[in-house]
Amino acid sequence: MTGWEAFAFNFLNPEVAAQYAPMVLAGLGVTILLAMLVIASGLVLGLALAVLRAFGVRPLNWAIIFVVDVFRALPPLVIIVLIYFGLPAAGLAMSGFWATWLSLTLVLMAFSEEIFWAGISAVPKGQWEAGRAMGLHFLPTLRLIVLPQAIRIAVPPLVNRTIAITKGTALGSVVAVSEILGAAQSGMAFSGNPTPLTLGALAYLVLFVPVVIAGRWIETKFAWRR
Amino acid sequence: MSDFVQAFLNAEIALASSHLLWIGLVQTMLLALMTVPLGLVMGLLLAVLATRKSRWVRWPLMAFTDFFRAIPPLVLLIFLYAALPFGGIDLGAWGSVALAFLLNTGAYYAEILRAGIESVPRGQPEAARALGLKRWQVWIFVVLPQAVRNVLPDLISNTLEVVKLTSIASVVAVPELLYQARQAQSITYNATPILVAAVIYFLLLWPCVRLLSRLENRQLAGRR
Repeated sequence: MTGWEAFAFNFLNPEVAAQYAPMVLAGLGVTILLAMLVIASGLVLGLALAVLRAFGVRPLNWAIIFVVDVFRALPPLVIIVLIYFGLPAAGLAMSGFWATWLSLTLVLMAFSEEIFWAGISAVPKGQWEAGRAMGLHFLPTLRLIVLPQAIRIAVPPLVNRTIAITKGTALGSVVAVSEILGAAQSGMAFSGNPTPLTLGALAYLVLFVPVVIAGRWIETKFAWRR
Repeated sequence: MSDFVQAFLNAEIALASSHLLWIGLVQTMLLALMTVPLGLVMGLLLAVLATRKSRWVRWPLMAFTDFFRAIPPLVLLIFLYAALPFGGIDLGAWGSVALAFLLNTGAYYAEILRAGIESVPRGQPEAARALGLKRWQVWIFVVLPQAVRNVLPDLISNTLEVVKLTSIASVVAVPELLYQARQAQSITYNATPILVAAVIYFLLLWPCVRLLSRLENRQLAGRR
């Protein structure tokens, strides 16, 4: 075999690819489902915490800041391992899928709370005062006046952070989730050929390259004029 | 409750595994100390090159950074570690980790520094040139200091992410903190070592998170 033939046989083997493509595709489905669930729950919880923090109850805010700091400081894989291998010892067993979902949700919650909160504090004081002067109570002022502006400020950093955390779904392979990487690794083990892993890498590129490019576009679109 | 303490906060086991965890902590530090400077140098080179006008330079660079920002670092690592040997290239665990981290981290630093360089007004390098500074002097004394200052929170944030990233080296059996904690856990059948490792990560990175929080809030508030 020439060098190219050997390379193609190992990394782009059509027979192996045909056999294991359905497996990797099923993995793509799991990755997309997991990513959607993480994005939905993480962003909702992050926004909820930021709104709670806007009430300005001191002890509550300290608790929120501490929780947020913990999940910003811990590596996602450490959280996944702790939940998956550690919690069963406390009588709380969780499947790999849900352990990964919970871990990434907590991480996205922490990062998005911080970004939403930065957005809320960037809205000028006068906006709050004007809302109150118009006869709106605290919550309507927050919902109708402050949050729309805060979220606009938060969008560019939020998009990039969400992409980065969503890529963490690949960590699920460590706790036996058959998402793209897990499925591709099984395929590689069954076939003794790394082509399934090439397919897996391609699946990630198909999924994330458009998102990365869109993220770059959103960043310039929402950028503040200096 | 005592079951919980027994399984998670077991002082005896924490003490028994402290040596393993210490070795892991040193490896984690080494990984971070290797990846951050190399990644910064690579990111800086890519970011400076990206200011060239020729699209034959800019487009391949953009494709390169987008590629490594789109692919999860763990996928890259597994590919280098488990698939490349089939092609006759065996980097070993440390080599695969080093290359995967460098490519991932370099791409992120490049993107951040590029944004920083673009944020420096055109007039600055032009004025410096008009004052007779050489090209390299313009970069070192005029453009880069302002560029770095403008994106400092992002640079620190990415450095934090690099330290957190080192935990995935455990997947290819590099004996860093998480790997050592899992070893200790499987020897003792007890989750305490993992919790201790988590606490170590937290204590190590908390000051960085606090600093970042302040910088980010100040940056957003200052933009109005």
